[in-house]
Amino acid sequence: MATTLNQKTSGLSSIIAKHRDQILAEWLREMGGATRRSDLIKESELQSQCNRFIALLADATAQTGATVQSAAYDPLRELLADISRSRALQGFTPRETAVFVFSIKRPIFTAIREELSKDPTGMVEEMWNSTELLDGLGLYTTDAYLKSREETIHRQQEEMLELSTPVVKLWEGILALPLIGTLDSARTQVVMESLLEAIVRTNSQVAIIDITGVPTVDTVVAQHLLKTVTAARLMGADCIISGVRPQIAQTIVHLGINLLDVTTKATLSDAFALAIKKSGFTFVRLEKKKNKEQEEN
Amino acid sequence: MEKIPILRMGEFLLVTIQVDMHDRLAMTLQDDLTKRISETNAHGVLIDISTLEIVDSFIGRMLGNIAAMSRVLDARTVVVGMQPAVAITLVELGMSLPGVRTALNVDAGMELLRESLNGHGEGGKGQSDGRRF
Repeated sequence: MATTLNQKTSGLSSIIAKHRDQILAEWLREMGGATRRSDLIKESELQSQCNRFIALLADATAQTGATVQSAAYDPLRELLADISRSRALQGFTPRETAVFVFSIKRPIFTAIREELSKDPTGMVEEMWNSTELLDGLGLYTTDAYLKSREETIHRQQEEMLELSTPVVKLWEGILALPLIGTLDSARTQVVMESLLEAIVRTNSQVAIIDITGVPTVDTVVAQHLLKTVTAARLMGADCIISGVRPQIAQTIVHLGINLLDVTTKATLSDAFALAIKKSGFTFVRLEKKKNKEQEEN
Repeated sequence: MEKIPILRMGEFLLVTIQVDMHDRLAMTLQDDLTKRISETNAHGVLIDISTLEIVDSFIGRMLGNIAAMSRVLDARTVVVGMQPAVAITLVELGMSLPGVRTALNVDAGMELLRESLNGHGEGGKGQSDGRRF
């Protein structure tokens, strides 16, 4: 079995090496159709990718008994992963990316037919052999494509997580945390940590959590908010929750969530006024004062 | 045996926890502190846990107990300088330490103790837990 496999693979390798230019030309023509996407990739770039692919395919098939997963195919797989990654970034669809590999089938089959026209059994075996190989490589391309897309999504999620939890200082000793978007456990953890760390760093007595941008408040979100408020209290800071919209107030009561121990305000400005008062500051409108003085005079 | 020093500062007692709390140390502290409160007739206890990095439910309960015991002995307790990680851990453990007053640092804690003492002298103000507005 090993010897036949040996013959087969090395056979394919020699066929590819022999008909290399012909395969390349046909392959490029094959991709010239709808899947070519000349708007996304340059002709020269595609050609160099094809060239390298054929060279590495010939090298890999020259190894005896190697499968797509084995070490002999490492350089080829790396090339495909590179191509998939760049295609994903360039905006190719998964189908267009996979067709890059699948469209080499016809040129290779043509080459096999030419080479083994006098040996039908050998031809069928060689065709099956190369189909299996190219299918494996095509699937690998799709996998790599999806993986790179998932990496992008994951990275963007992390960036969003960082972006969406800014702790801002409103006044000496007063922090605000405007929350935007749905709160889940992972995000709340980040929110909680960044708020508590900011409290320590800025030595703030009062923290305002503004939930104007939170679309819905369910029991889980309320639980998270209460935890944050309690943790801040344990550290010696007071928390005010502001931006409670009428619908959210109704939901909270209907759900039976107890927010009695927490100071809540309808708007951020109310909460800020309270925080200012709590910190011992007061605001005076200068013009009014002047008018008063004038009246008195 | 290892002990946590209890310093006297006027009417207040100052406890700075600078080593890892283990259960026996916590029990010793509880004994020593109650003894010192009754000996010195202190009206306030300030516990600084800013260097405490690891807590478990036992330590959390001990902090609550110390506060409750001090109150029985007519002294207010303020816990200051709790680290964010410690606060999160205690909340996750379900211990919100309801009877314990807290402050960000020793300064704010002393301020709070003085306030509560004045309120206390004037006739029982400042009895409520924590600081509400």
